[in-house]
Parts: sequence; structure tokens; C-alpha cells
Amino acid sequence: MHIPDGFINAPTSLAAGAVAAGGVGVSLRRAAQTLQERQAPLAGLVAAYIFAVQMLNFPVAAGTSGHLLGGVLAAVLVGPWAGCICVAVVLVVQSLFADGGLTALGLNITNMAVVGVFGGWAVFRLLRRVLPATKPSVVISAGIAAGISVVLAASAFVLEYTIGGTGGVPIGTVLAAMVGVHTLIGIGEGVITALTVGVVLGVRPDLVYGASDLQAPLVLQTTPGPAAGEVS
Amino acid sequence: MRSSNLRLFVIAGLLVAVGLALVVSGFASSSPDGLEKVAEDKGFLETARDHTFADGPLADYTVEGVDNERLSTGLSGLIGVLITFGLGLALFALLRATRSRSGGGKGSEPTRAP
Repeated sequence: MHIPDGFINAPTSLAAGAVAAGGVGVSLRRAAQTLQERQAPLAGLVAAYIFAVQMLNFPVAAGTSGHLLGGVLAAVLVGPWAGCICVAVVLVVQSLFADGGLTALGLNITNMAVVGVFGGWAVFRLLRRVLPATKPSVVISAGIAAGISVVLAASAFVLEYTIGGTGGVPIGTVLAAMVGVHTLIGIGEGVITALTVGVVLGVRPDLVYGASDLQAPLVLQTTPGPAAGEVS
Repeated sequence: MRSSNLRLFVIAGLLVAVGLALVVSGFASSSPDGLEKVAEDKGFLETARDHTFADGPLADYTVEGVDNERLSTGLSGLIGVLITFGLGLALFALLRATRSRSGGGKGSEPTRAP
């Protein structure tokens, strides 16, 4: 899913750079307002985990592989604002590994950190509203939203290719091929996301942003102790 | 106790990430990914230009000078996980700091999904 330099022309890449800067900029501001102290190390961990899992390409069809994008995973764990930043950080670091072109960084951040995170988060919120408020619903919603987010990110690429693709290949052909293969990759994305969210929900449910409505409100409990005179 | 638990959780999570990047990455599929495959099949792969850092010391998830393929990939993954964690942690800590200075909240209010 990482676009190399050259696929998309300079004006379109620049425009995507503006979209990316806007999305990340708003996310930085919103994250600064809402981030809790304990979420800083957690968000760092989410970024590091996504970097690691993005290395694990799994086979999807003859001679084709896919890997996690992590947008919905990040959004469900630390919220969409911090999640967008996490994925953007991963994409920037991946430049050191010559993965995803430097001039295509705006395109890649737009597709994976903006469309993937916020599009996927919207699907997640929709599913959460429809499904009962339980932990399994959170896991299922995260998995399905993650799968759909890959197709959304792939569609964003097709849009960019439509506007500024340099190869001159018919759009219908690119759209069908991109959506087809990324539906398969989306299944992997959904499974990895659901598994990870499920594990964190099992260990530390309080750390799952997308399940914070399931947390019972904190109530100061005072256990009635024996009255002064009753002590034997 | 809660905060030491959180530290434990983050350390355990990091160990998982390191394990995946260092060891499991060596067993990942080396087939082209979805976009690359589509570009190849539909004939626009040749429009790709070499990456600016294509000759860099970490290019293509290898470490320059390490000849064993799996080890090279694994080490590059370890380096990437550590850089990503460090950068993420620093960035989010900085974000928190700007908020505390501008007095935009105490940070103790529970986060609730909107």
C-alpha cells in the first residue's frame, strides 16, 4: 500500500501533502487537548507495534502479499487523533527503510493515517452503535472496521491515481484490481486487529479507548465497618 | 500500582513488538504487496522511481553489512521498532507538555469516546 515516488504526479502529491498536513495538524491539536498522561507511552507502543506488524507480510493470493495498515487498531486503542499521529509516525520512520517514496509521503499519510484511521473509526463507531455494548462487540466492530478501512485506503489511492496517475492505465481496471486484492488483505487486517484488540481488552480493558463506554464509572466505595462500640 | 502496571504493560507490549520485528519478520512473505502487484499486472510499476534512501544503511528493511538475510531483516526491524517507539513517546510527551503549559486541562478527566 506504500506508494513509491513516481506513481502520482507532483501537483497531486502536493495536494495530498496539504491534506495530510491538515489531518495530522488537527490530530496533534486534538490529541494535545485530550491525551491523558498514561496514554503517551501507550501511543508510543501502538506506533512501535504497528511498525513491527507492518513488516509481517502475509500471502493473500498467487504471488501477492499484504500487511497490516493499523489505522483502526490505533484508533480503537488510543483514539482517532492519537491514532492518526501513530500511523503518520510509522510512515515517516519507514522512509529510513526506503519504504514509501518521500515525495509520496503526503499521499501515503492521507491514505493510511487520515482515510484509514478516520474512515475506519467512523465505521467502528457505526458498528458499536448497532451492536450490543459488550466486549465481543468491540472486538468484532474493530475487526470489520479494520477490514473496510483497507478498502477505503485502497480507494483513496485509486482516486489519487485518477487525478494524477502517471501510467495512463484505465481507472476502471485499477479500481477493480485494487479493491479486489485489498478486500483480501482487509480480511488479514481484520483478523490481526480483532486479535490485538481482544488481547488488550482481556488484559487491560481500561486502556482501550474504543471501549471506554464499557467501563463502569469509578465510584468511591466505603465499606461499612464495625461501629466504634462494636469492636469486640 | 496502576502506573507500575501500565509500565509493565508497555514493556510487555514492546517485547512483543521486538519479537515480531526481530524474529517473525524473517518468515514474512516476500511477494509484492497488493499495490505493487496491481502496478505490475496493470503495467504501471515502471513509473516508480527509486527511493531517495534506496542506498541508505537500512534500505528495504536490511542492515548494511549484515549478510544473513533473516538476521539483517530482523535487526532492521529491531532498529525500526526502537526508533518508532522513541519518536512516538517523545512526540506524545511533548504534546502533553504543551497542553499542561497552556493550561488546557488537568489531564485527570477520564477519556470517553465521544
